[in-house]
Amino acid sequence: MIKFLFDRDTWQEVIDSMSKNKLRTIITMVGVWWGILLLIGLLGSARGIENSFNRSFSDFATNSVFIFGQRTSKPFKGFQEGRAVRLKLSDAERIKENIEGVEFVVPRNQRSGFVVRKALSGSYGVAGDYPLLDVVQKKKLIKSQGRFINQTDIDNNRKVAVISEDIYKQLFEKDEDPFGELIRINDINFKVVGVFETTPFGGPQTDIHIPFSTFQQIYNQGDNIGWMMITGEREYDIKQLEEDIKLSLRNMHKIHPADKRAFGSFNLGELFKSVESFLTGMQFLTWFVGIATLIAGVFAIGNILLITVKERTKEIGVRRALGATPFEIKRQIVVEAVFLTMIAGLMGIISGGWILILIDKTLGQGDDATFVNASVSIGVVFIALLILVILGTLIGLIPAFKATSIKPIEALREE
Amino acid sequence: MLKINQLHKSYPIGDSSLHVLKGIDLDVESGEMVAIMGSSGSGKSTLLNIIGMLDEADSGDYILDDVPIKNLNEKKAAIYRNKFLGFIFQSFNLINYKNALENVALPLYYQGLKRKERQEKGKFHLKKVGLLDWAHHLPSELSGGQKQRVAIARALAANPKLLLADEPTGALDTTTSYEIMEFLQQLNDEGKTILIVTHEEDIAEMCKRVVRLRDGIIMEDKKVNQVRASQYV
Repeated sequence: MIKFLFDRDTWQEVIDSMSKNKLRTIITMVGVWWGILLLIGLLGSARGIENSFNRSFSDFATNSVFIFGQRTSKPFKGFQEGRAVRLKLSDAERIKENIEGVEFVVPRNQRSGFVVRKALSGSYGVAGDYPLLDVVQKKKLIKSQGRFINQTDIDNNRKVAVISEDIYKQLFEKDEDPFGELIRINDINFKVVGVFETTPFGGPQTDIHIPFSTFQQIYNQGDNIGWMMITGEREYDIKQLEEDIKLSLRNMHKIHPADKRAFGSFNLGELFKSVESFLTGMQFLTWFVGIATLIAGVFAIGNILLITVKERTKEIGVRRALGATPFEIKRQIVVEAVFLTMIAGLMGIISGGWILILIDKTLGQGDDATFVNASVSIGVVFIALLILVILGTLIGLIPAFKATSIKPIEALREE
Repeated sequence: MLKINQLHKSYPIGDSSLHVLKGIDLDVESGEMVAIMGSSGSGKSTLLNIIGMLDEADSGDYILDDVPIKNLNEKKAAIYRNKFLGFIFQSFNLINYKNALENVALPLYYQGLKRKERQEKGKFHLKKVGLLDWAHHLPSELSGGQKQRVAIARALAANPKLLLADEPTGALDTTTSYEIMEFLQQLNDEGKTILIVTHEEDIAEMCKRVVRLRDGIIMEDKKVNQVRASQYV
């Protein structure tokens, strides 16, 4: 059999019979080519979308939850229901120390501020933040010389501000250098030290960040914090962590342990999980559609081969009269089928690659691209090819058996 | 070299069956040139197919070159066909996408010969039928007579013991028919055993022996004075 595969005559026969039947060869190959093309194209695009999601999330700790105080809904230890719950700075520290699996706790304060710069003004959200926020929720600074709030800002209650790209565009001239410029937030001047990019994903966004301590002082917050952002260690389930934290917070604030409404939360980890399962579903769908198309293509090959075997009945009869054994006839037809699927498959892989290149060139450039690095792994390509060869062999067997089931005498009589 | 004893064959037609060969006895010696004659439905093609191992008899003996041909599976039949028999058909049955040389060399391919050897043998036999210059032409570029000569070269290529011709001149005009017959006579002169199925009297007379079939039995079996085809050409 190995000798047969490396025999020049074998391939001469295959090439002969294929080039003789150009139309059926082309039609057959289009079926498989299309299948592979779709599979590669779909898988690559799915990967591209996945990469795009991952990139958007990569600046952000996905295993995180936001927790804020609301009002109690149950009376407890002499307190009436409906009591306002305020988170304290000390809560943050205690959670960090006491709850296992917590990576970072970032306390934050936020309020709206009326911002004025020269003749331009607007109303924006202003947050008091620690430098830690930049670790958890990576801020992409646009101008390279800019920076985020640092510890010195906190220590000295500096009046500095890091503003979002949107605000920069609204309050500054085009290409104007914002650094060192002053903006007035609620009648207090702040120096702009950084401009960050707004990303479409990643939870609540704030327009202006100022040092936490400055915020505390200016707005007379004392130890109160508006909300805190908590990230969990990678191996901990964020949903469970959220429950643990809330329970211990209720304990610290003398709230009924079953009071679900006392603390509100926004679980980014859960959200991210659902996105992930959506991506998994999409991949499954892609594979399903791709393979189904592939099978349809291979069946098209089988169909066409079956028809051509019918057409070639006489030729097969002649060959058998000349001494071809049924095995030799079957082998020939199977090799033809496999060769056809292989060539069509390779062409599909190549043109699928071109399509991915095209997608990358047109939709895959820039930071907010829909498809990032749309590609398929070489392993997937080989698996697809292997499936093709196996299916090609199986489908080739049908016409092969059909061809040899006719007695040579009947085959010869066929006109 | 060929012995047939009480050969029976019937084909099922619906519920009943059609008894085509009703006990055929036939001996053919080496070097004979036999015409099998009969009107259509007389069973002559069936007989040829059985001799050609393309079909199998229901009962009776068939011995070819001291080898009993019985209970053949397809593979064995293919090997015997390749080794013992050369076929010539009425409609030539050349493979239309292969050129003359490739067609002639095809049986050698199934014998497992090397490419070079096949080419040489193929050319040798093409030269023998006078078509060496046409070696690289496709069948569609050849005339009817030329096609049949390529087919004869193909039948000879495997050096068979017995040449079986099924109406070899059926699709040819008279002049071309006689050319083909002249060539077959030459081959017979060289010692080839040839069996020709025909319904044309003039073709039959060019053989050395005529066997007439009617309704599945041999009506007549006689030696004839061979008419040389060369006198007409």
